Amino acid sequence: MILVSKGKIAFYWAGSCGGCEVAIVDLDEMLFDVLENFDIVFWPCAMDAKYSDVEAMDNSEIDVCFFNGCIRNDENKEIAEMLRAKSKIMIAFGSCSHLGGIPGLGNLSTKDETLDYVYKRSKSVVNDEGTIPQNSTDEHGNFIGIPELREYVKALDDVVEVDYYIPGCPPPVDVIKTALLALISGEVPPRKEVLAPDRTVCHECKKEKRDMAVKSIKRIYQLDDLDPKRCLLEQGILCMGPATREGCGAACLTANMPCTGCMGPPSMSELSENCEQGARMVSAITSMTDVADEKNSKEEEIKTALDEIRDPVGVMYMYSMPKSILRRRRKDVSDRD
Amino acid sequence: MSVIEINPITRLEGHGNIKIFKGDDGNVEAAYLQIPELRGFEKFCQGRQSELMPQLTSRICGVCPIPHHLASVKTLDEVFDAPPTSRAVAMRKLMHYGYFIEDHLLHFYFLGGPDLLMGPDCEPGKRNIIGIIEKYGKEVALEIMKHRKYGQNIIKMLGGKPIHPAFGIAGGVSKSVNEGQVDEIIEMARSCVDFSKFTLSLYKEKILEEDFHANAIGSEEYSLKCFNMGLVNESNEPDFYDGDIRITDSEGVEIVKFDPADYLDHIGEAVEKFSYMKFPFYKEKGWKGLVESRENGVYRVGPLGRYNASTGYSTPLAQKEGEKLEKMFGRPCNMTLAYHWTRLIEVLNVSELLLELSLDRGLLLNGDLRTPVGKIKGKGVGCIEAARGTLIHDYEVDKNGLMTDVNLIVPTTHNAAAISLSIAKAAQMEIENGVKDTDKMNRVELALRAYDPCFGCATH
Repeated sequence: MILVSKGKIAFYWAGSCGGCEVAIVDLDEMLFDVLENFDIVFWPCAMDAKYSDVEAMDNSEIDVCFFNGCIRNDENKEIAEMLRAKSKIMIAFGSCSHLGGIPGLGNLSTKDETLDYVYKRSKSVVNDEGTIPQNSTDEHGNFIGIPELREYVKALDDVVEVDYYIPGCPPPVDVIKTALLALISGEVPPRKEVLAPDRTVCHECKKEKRDMAVKSIKRIYQLDDLDPKRCLLEQGILCMGPATREGCGAACLTANMPCTGCMGPPSMSELSENCEQGARMVSAITSMTDVADEKNSKEEEIKTALDEIRDPVGVMYMYSMPKSILRRRRKDVSDRD
Repeated sequence: MSVIEINPITRLEGHGNIKIFKGDDGNVEAAYLQIPELRGFEKFCQGRQSELMPQLTSRICGVCPIPHHLASVKTLDEVFDAPPTSRAVAMRKLMHYGYFIEDHLLHFYFLGGPDLLMGPDCEPGKRNIIGIIEKYGKEVALEIMKHRKYGQNIIKMLGGKPIHPAFGIAGGVSKSVNEGQVDEIIEMARSCVDFSKFTLSLYKEKILEEDFHANAIGSEEYSLKCFNMGLVNESNEPDFYDGDIRITDSEGVEIVKFDPADYLDHIGEAVEKFSYMKFPFYKEKGWKGLVESRENGVYRVGPLGRYNASTGYSTPLAQKEGEKLEKMFGRPCNMTLAYHWTRLIEVLNVSELLLELSLDRGLLLNGDLRTPVGKIKGKGVGCIEAARGTLIHDYEVDKNGLMTDVNLIVPTTHNAAAISLSIAKAAQMEIENGVKDTDKMNRVELALRAYDPCFGCATH
């Protein structure tokens, strides 16, 4: 897309936290470049256009739509469909729309379990009547409804066609800038690409690696003597770096904390068809695990070494549960399309 | 009967819509704020490894990730019986103050503030940061961006990234600032003090005297009498990181002051069918629904709630500004639009606190960053003031360090009833005899934007 005249751009959030919106605000001076090249026609977080304004637009009237957030309820899906129809290029922006994100962990429970806990059983709730928010409600004769939660969380491309992905929680500013410059200049890569570099976080991590074997994985609060200059994984901290796409400058590692995997897996993984970040991580750990002790089988050794990973699913699919081979808790309860 | 719908409400964090029902005479019969989203953090955080909670819960809100991160790690300090070292607390406060500056400025210049800086009836396409750049010039815009960035930079220095940083560990933090960074923070804090003064003078010059605002701020329709709540220090001044929770009534009388760990004795949450947002209330009075009454447990938090629940500010310049506000509008001040002024006083308050802390090199550059964890106690409550108000995290953890129970009461949730009442009152004033003036609909939203609501956060 080469912009002859000013293009039209939209930013939207579905099941999200707003961090992706703040990441746009964090473009700072580059916002001026965006404004020079695009009219922002829809951006609920920062501007006053309403759904009715989008409805009134022609199909494909918007040049680029940056869509963040997962598909958690009916409204998320409806707006995704509307914006898809109105946009030439649809970008899944951030971990939630890319892979389901942290709200995707909601797939470890059913919708009813979630509603039941949040509205009836959480500690501070006083709800003798057992009220749960309803799709359709009669409030003193006024009929008002709220969107229904869908049975499970989905990523954006599970409900509409997506042209590009910009990963991260939220996407790093440099990654956004590169993508925007490509859009402005018209030098966009083939569709379906993830618009970020394609190696692992380890490649941009400055911590010293000694190719040492890992004896066992520990929890970060259990280790008081971490060396901030050395690879955290080699010191026994589960760091998702080997299974995660680079582009963030190993940001969390610069704060002496392990990578939690928000950029998703790089595409070079042979397992990436299912976005199998977890499988990739398991293979990275097992290849590093110390199995010198001949008395026990390799399997036993690895099992012991990994014993402290008490919630492997939550740790290794923190951002990609809906796109993993696990997907959701109960496969017999199917979601509506 | 007919319905006016505002969907979605805009220039705030999260989703929501307003439905206004008019009777046959054209006047407003009822107005509802509905929050259509729920992600279910209280449920899906169960079973997770507890050390990930500061990062998981920061995703409740990308606009206010820092208070979630810090409330969470304060809860883990309790759970793991590891009181943080004084240097760790100082690092957390640096991050928290940086966050406050950034978040409050975001509201005044990008989200709710444009209503006032551009005028409430300005054309919708200009009622935003772009309008502000045009009206106030690129130079002012660059100053706004620079000072927001200062806040973000401090967060990044410590947590690696400005949004959703990684930093807190039970008993402390993972990183400190170095000597060069302390120098940088001192300079940034000085500049933020100056920029707070500039912003306050802009507020007084462009907003306080402006016709609509001058008429609206003191009006009954833009006022709400209810309880107020906030964390205070020993002198009953707002404390942003720690302290006791103080509740005052609409006359300013202290009703109760308690340790946040006892919050369940004082705060309950009601559930209504028409919204995913729960409605917290002061238990002593109970939940009487969406009515304004001294006998209803509705309360407000956030900058105005803190002003009303306290007796003064903890730093000299902010205190002086607080006195000006008090002289003009009194204390307590039940005027919803005064949220803006108190918010800007807090930017000054926090900039002063940041400067004071950054000058304490001895504290910032020496000592341990972590207390080794003790035996898992298994339970903990962590409370902090976020930009939008009091934030409570309450966890239970098993012997393997896995989460077994999570309860969260988030600032905008505390404000749920107050915001709904303010919307209904503003709608009644602005819609008379069936006149639906599209421009005036923004005045209904203006009442809710004063709170700087965060609805994704509020339903979590």
